[in-house]
Amino acid sequence: MKKYNVLGNKDTRSGFGDGLLEAGKRNPNVVALCADLTESVKMTAFKEEFPDRFVQVGIAESNMVSIAAGMALSGKVAYIGTFAAFATGRVYDQIRQSVAYSNTNVKICGSHAGITLGEDGATHQILEDIGLMKMIPNMVVINPCDYNQTKQATIAISEHNGPVYLRFGRPKVPIFISEDTPFEIGKAIVLNEGKDVTIIATGHLVWEAIVAGEKLAEQGIDAEIINIHTIKPLDTEAILRSVNKTGCVVSCEEHQYNGGLNDSVSQLLSRNNPKPIEYIGIDDKFGESGKPEDLMVKYGLKSENIISAVHKAIKRK
Amino acid sequence: MATIAELESISSQVRRDIIRMVNGCSSGHPGGSLGCADLMSALYFKELDIKPENFTIEGNKEDMFFLSNGHISPVWYSVLSRRGFFPTKELATFRQLGSRLQGHPTPKYNLPGVRVASGSLGQGMSVGIGAALAKKMNGCGHLVYTLHGDGELQEGQIWEAVMFAGSNKVDNLISIIDYNNAQIDGKVDNVLTLGNLKEKFLAFNWEVVEMQGNDMEDCLRGLNDAKSLTKNGKPVVILMHTLMGYGVDFMQGLNKWHGTAPTDEQATNALSQLKETLGDY
Repeated sequence: MKKYNVLGNKDTRSGFGDGLLEAGKRNPNVVALCADLTESVKMTAFKEEFPDRFVQVGIAESNMVSIAAGMALSGKVAYIGTFAAFATGRVYDQIRQSVAYSNTNVKICGSHAGITLGEDGATHQILEDIGLMKMIPNMVVINPCDYNQTKQATIAISEHNGPVYLRFGRPKVPIFISEDTPFEIGKAIVLNEGKDVTIIATGHLVWEAIVAGEKLAEQGIDAEIINIHTIKPLDTEAILRSVNKTGCVVSCEEHQYNGGLNDSVSQLLSRNNPKPIEYIGIDDKFGESGKPEDLMVKYGLKSENIISAVHKAIKRK
Repeated sequence: MATIAELESISSQVRRDIIRMVNGCSSGHPGGSLGCADLMSALYFKELDIKPENFTIEGNKEDMFFLSNGHISPVWYSVLSRRGFFPTKELATFRQLGSRLQGHPTPKYNLPGVRVASGSLGQGMSVGIGAALAKKMNGCGHLVYTLHGDGELQEGQIWEAVMFAGSNKVDNLISIIDYNNAQIDGKVDNVLTLGNLKEKFLAFNWEVVEMQGNDMEDCLRGLNDAKSLTKNGKPVVILMHTLMGYGVDFMQGLNKWHGTAPTDEQATNALSQLKETLGDY
């Protein structure tokens, strides 16, 4: 098992904030809009550096989405930032019509995604956003795994002309992707090559997959670990190549498995190479208040759960 | 520059186009389209500074128009084609399989004149605000126009947009409300009254202009007044009084013609009331 060092601990939303500032420096057409959560979603640095390119819309997410579409029409690269729950579910129709169907260059940036939002509870812990967004034609869906990758993704989407949903989170999590790791939209990263099982993980669960991989290695199980940062378009080639070799899969996500990464991978396998697949994800439930770490344990999103799922998957081969 | 008589002659042809398009595919929304035919002719043949022969999505250095109540696409398509954005013969494809003239407007098939999809109501004012903000950022002194149904003002997003534009002094925006007091389920006053619309917009820090949208002379007066009020710290709204179905006696003022296509017989009757001035497509 390849060794991954923890390079630090940071929230992925800070990766978004730093990436946004950098994208703004590189491209004068980058603008940012926020709905009363500027500091929470880490847009303050952009706002201070480019006050004339920052729009505070107040608590009015629908308006924000459509304003962003109008700005994008006129040549702007419009980033909108709010909590993922409000950036997706609340404004689904605006995204569908003004952004996706109109194919406007809007970057929907959802922070505090998933159960690790923690204490605020289920109203804010969206676990359906990947599914909502990936189902819309024209939409690219990205869920990076740590600070560095989120920063890279935030910059990369400014160079992609079209709608993007970028999902990231609130808690501080290990940084393990080096700054010089190439980031390409739609291109999976094989974090560890193995032959016994393919663990496909996205977002915060990528680190859990690495921890699981280390423990599995001690048990003599050689896991291939794939970091899927782009859920749509899915890197089908990387997944099929790996599964051809390993013969079974465990998908890992901080999201409903129904409609999430598991759903995408299962469809791919069922059409091309049906193999046993187990999932780590939320099983048709709402979240609840609690500390992020405690919630990860209660909802079965830890490395231990991945290890159990790997054993199950291998047994089903 | 088009005279009142010339504009009236155009709007008569536009009304013919609307009837023929909607009758041709037995679906679509003639009521609001007919009511807005005068305004749309005035906008596209006199008021807007636009480049039909060189349409761009960005709309830099020209006025931009957004149709928020996308269901009145027949009037927009007619005016766009008559103004030279695309061939008038394409009007015959309205709502047909493979047409660029979808039931509700979309930029997906590169129809010149259309920049954003509309149909789901309430989004166009926000889109217009975005375009207006970008114009300011780009140093473009042109204006952004949006058109809305009065029933559309029941959508909450409209009021988010109204609050934003008033608070942020989006003074290069002119929003026009087709105030015909008619929507699918009946009179707007009975479905969900808008109350004192003028006072509401004033309270949100907008300039308010009222005009008779089916009187070409007053239409031009109102558009001119609105333009003169721009760039002075406030967005401008035009409360445009119209009759749904204006120009066809059996449709006029009746909300049932919001989304009902005339039969062949009804279409013949309607066309007999509307002079062919520019040649049917």
